[in-house]
Amino acid sequence: MLLIHCPYCEEDRPEVEFVNGGQAHIARPADPSSESDADWEKYLYIRRNPRGRHHERWRHIHGCGRFFNAVRDTVSDRFETTYKAGEPAK
Amino acid sequence: MRFSGFNLFAQALQDHKGWPEQWPDKAPKAEYDAIIVGAGGHGLGAAYYLASKYGIRNVAVIEKGWLGGGNTGRNTTIIRSNYLYDESAHLYDHAVKLWDGLSQELNYNVMYSKRGVLMLAHNVHDVQSAKRHIHANRLNGVDNEWLSAEECQAYCPPLDISPTARHPVLGGALQRRGGTARHDSVAWGYARGAAALGVDIIQNCAVTGIRRGPDGAVQGVETERGFIASKKIGVSAAGSTSVVMQMAGLDFPLESYPLQALVSEPVKPIFPCVVMSNSVHAYISQSDKGELVIGAGTDQYVSYSQRGAFHIIEHTLAAICEIFPIFSRMRMLRTWGGIVDVTPDRSPILGKTPVPGLYVNCGWGTGGFKATPGAGDLLAHTIAHDAPHKINAPFNLDRFRTGRFIDEAAAAAVAH
Ligand SMILES: Cc1cc2nc3c(=O)[nH]c(=O)nc-3n(C[C@H](O)[C@H](O)[C@H](O)COP(=O)(O)OP(=O)(O)OC[C@H]3O[C@@H](n4cnc5c(N)ncnc54)[C@H](O)[C@@H]3O)c2cc1C
Ligand SMILES: [Zn+2]
Repeated sequence: MLLIHCPYCEEDRPEVEFVNGGQAHIARPADPSSESDADWEKYLYIRRNPRGRHHERWRHIHGCGRFFNAVRDTVSDRFETTYKAGEPAK
Repeated sequence: MRFSGFNLFAQALQDHKGWPEQWPDKAPKAEYDAIIVGAGGHGLGAAYYLASKYGIRNVAVIEKGWLGGGNTGRNTTIIRSNYLYDESAHLYDHAVKLWDGLSQELNYNVMYSKRGVLMLAHNVHDVQSAKRHIHANRLNGVDNEWLSAEECQAYCPPLDISPTARHPVLGGALQRRGGTARHDSVAWGYARGAAALGVDIIQNCAVTGIRRGPDGAVQGVETERGFIASKKIGVSAAGSTSVVMQMAGLDFPLESYPLQALVSEPVKPIFPCVVMSNSVHAYISQSDKGELVIGAGTDQYVSYSQRGAFHIIEHTLAAICEIFPIFSRMRMLRTWGGIVDVTPDRSPILGKTPVPGLYVNCGWGTGGFKATPGAGDLLAHTIAHDAPHKINAPFNLDRFRTGRFIDEAAAAAVAH
């Protein structure tokens, strides 16, 4: 089980308190009706799925309830850092 | 040398020292007519069918580890074809039909055992969904039948059907042609069959790049043992597909998650079939060695670690002990994980890619072992004809742009 540092609670808590929210920093289309099918595909379904450094969202659902972002290595599962939503990608 | 009673006897007379190697360890040639990336059951199957059925014998299978060491050698081997949508029923049933007779065709015992797969219904929603599947399956000529709770218990005696059970059994859907096979044997049988037809199997040789020409078409693969040329490359790399596809400049609609399984200490035959419970997420059968083979769920995060979290296993074992109280004091021997490549609609992607000469077979996620012979055959067909077979045509990459999903995710919630 992962130990995850919630940047709001400022505590390391067990993974079962969190839900993973998938890849981070995916921008919602500003003007949805002008998006092409290919843009929609990219936004909704194409994922980086990297082997290595990965930006992802977590939600501290059984804690403060807030979304935040993390950088984790997907081979070792080790967290490099976690940071508050809205902060630029680390 | 063929495996036969006669040869077994003849070899016994010389202490079994005369058996030839089953497939030679080959050094790569400079060029092949087709290259398969990944020596799992799917990739080896594709190579075998390219050589045996589609007349392309100058083929290499390139594997970064050892053959069958990916999900093929890590899965719980459940075989069934009772999927909801027409496209899926045809795809998976094509494979189930090939499982029949595979041991004879390969002269290699893959131990396909039609012991039946029973999928339990624990609530009204499960009952409705199971019955809907049964009706849809019957229209597609796929066997699947409804059993009452008592009939479920008669079919699988360790099952607890008491009304006070934590997960009451309201009945179940049984596919009698479903069952299990020996995972390693499938990889070994295809490897031996392919090698006998001239296919080179190159292990311990990761593909590190895909070279494309000025026209965009593939020219070959960069590997740990140098460049190998080929105008046709079929990628069958399961959990590593995104990584391999990025070598050709393609981003894929895939995410890779750890999926775990575990086995108990071996015991005498007690469990005659396969039982799956989708709503409590537990899968169980008994191997011919006597171990209970139990499948757990995926972790929630993308990972290539090939191991999963302990609380996932705990959750599965809690469910197993509730449904089969008889196993509550059984000891577990081993747990392990594989990395499964999951698509947004939980159906595979099997076909051409936007890069000329590059073909893909991926996205089988948690449930592609059952499809091994079918996926191998269809990937080989697609490579040989530079066009998909009508069975795999709907499973194209374009569906994530056109919206023509084959949404088994919504139909079943899980796929095994
Ligand atoms: C725990 C678990 C339980 C499962 N249970 C079931 C089940 O009960 N029923 C079912 O139908 N399915 C099940 N599955 C899913 C099933 O195992 C897979 O869908 C199926 O085995 C995929 O086969 P494959 O040949 O495509 O992949 P694999 O066997 O994973 O083969 C892919 C190969 O590609 C190689 N590779 C990757 N990258 C490279 C590279 N760069 N260069 C060279 N080679 C590379 C890998 O080393 C690997 O050997 C389960 C999976 C797991 C992990
Ligand atoms: Zn918090």
